[in-house]
Amino acid sequence: MKRILILGGGTAGTIVANKLSQELSPDEWKITVVDQSETHLYQPGLLFIPFGIYSENDVKRPRRDYLPRDVEVVISEIEIIEPDKSQVRIKKDKRTLRYDYLIITTGSRIVPEETPGLTEQEWHKSIFDFYTPAGSTALAKKLRTWEGGRLVLNIAEMPIKCPVAPLEFMFLADWFFHEEGIRDRVDLTLVTPLSGAFTKPRAAERLGDILEQKNIKVVPEFNIMEVDPDANKIISYDEQEVAYDLLVSIPINMGSEVIERSGLGDELAFIPTDKHTLKAQKFDNVFVLGDATNLPSSKAGSVAHFEGDVFIKNFLRYIDGLDLKPTFDGHANCYIESGFGKGFLIDFNYDVEPLPGKFPLPGVGPFSLLQESRMNHWGKVLFRWMYWNILLKGKPMPITAQMSMAGKWM
Amino acid sequence: MVTKEMLGLNIEVNEEGFMLDTSQWTPELAVEIAKAEGIELTDAHWQVINWCRQIAGVLGVSPTLRQITKGAGVSTKELFKLFPKGPAKKVAKIAGLGKPQGCV
Repeated sequence: MKRILILGGGTAGTIVANKLSQELSPDEWKITVVDQSETHLYQPGLLFIPFGIYSENDVKRPRRDYLPRDVEVVISEIEIIEPDKSQVRIKKDKRTLRYDYLIITTGSRIVPEETPGLTEQEWHKSIFDFYTPAGSTALAKKLRTWEGGRLVLNIAEMPIKCPVAPLEFMFLADWFFHEEGIRDRVDLTLVTPLSGAFTKPRAAERLGDILEQKNIKVVPEFNIMEVDPDANKIISYDEQEVAYDLLVSIPINMGSEVIERSGLGDELAFIPTDKHTLKAQKFDNVFVLGDATNLPSSKAGSVAHFEGDVFIKNFLRYIDGLDLKPTFDGHANCYIESGFGKGFLIDFNYDVEPLPGKFPLPGVGPFSLLQESRMNHWGKVLFRWMYWNILLKGKPMPITAQMSMAGKWM
Repeated sequence: MVTKEMLGLNIEVNEEGFMLDTSQWTPELAVEIAKAEGIELTDAHWQVINWCRQIAGVLGVSPTLRQITKGAGVSTKELFKLFPKGPAKKVAKIAGLGKPQGCV
């Protein structure tokens, strides 16, 4: 009996567990998933909570319901990963789990403590995150009674999970305050360490003026050093200051603490991973998928999904003694809510920036790439159903794992 | 894309002067690019530049501010003194690496 151990039962871990269970015989393989909580969080839904579109209950489901029955599920914190001994030690019953193959899908998390002033007396009072259920629900409560002022959204540092979320947050905020009838009393400013809201040429060319149209200001190249929660301002390393009444922070994102503890990560606790095969660079029986990698791809559920497709084919070759094929191309596909019932869709990979066109059927759609449409918004709305019922269960989706150029305009 | 003549070589750069082909980079070019940015390169600068080129070869992208401070062993304040106004971007430019980017 060979053992596969999957650490983390989020988007990537759940997809992989389902695919492995579909492909491998339970008489020969034992698959175990370890996660610290019983609840699976639909992370794309967190964005909608501050605006009262979703509640906390809309984004939570029992984790076990989405994992196959023949997979052992262990709910426990992980103490340490010891790849040299092919074993993992967990907290529950002080067990040591041995493996033949390890799949690390421990994701990424926000670490607001890394920025001085962020989590002091004003945390979840006038300073919020929306990457956690606690943060997004606290912000929802705040926005229900907020009477306007300067709303500043600050990205602490790249990379972040779901790089388009800050833009979507601002678009939805514009729509929300408009609906509340106080848009004229709200000043929206996006403060980013990047050179602008859009950094890729075609996206910048097609979407560049949308922020101006929506009256959302941008402060570029701002690297936050600290927050002064008493003076209500954020301060950069080169001593720029931006004042706020309400600060929405996207704190520094890092890999899981267990990756740090085990000495497996880089400076941000992301694991050095081969960008085309998803094998851990240092270990031959360890694979890394989803946000836990250091790949130059986006940290997003769609990437975890495409990685899952590529991984399973390669893994079945690998266990039969064949070489890994370098087939992962960094493909990502993301809906961007733009408010007022509309949205954008972008599709890109390591080498090809988001381009305009129709998706997934060339020339037909129904979705439009790099263009605002109502259909794109419905795509995002329906995606929650797709996530729970198709994507997590590893069932086929009508999108190929490798990015396609068909239907795109150069 | 434009071609810029530096040290008698034709160097491919984008509109903002970031080199497009990292294999065209030489230490001599770095000195020239830094000069245009108003920076005189010292050993402390080179420590950062060399580390960034090394890690970019592994990552496939320019390192972030935090990766530089943790990896190259300089404090963030120091890094801002060496490369004022956006060090991650400035180092990337001088080291002949791509501009730090988001996904859109």
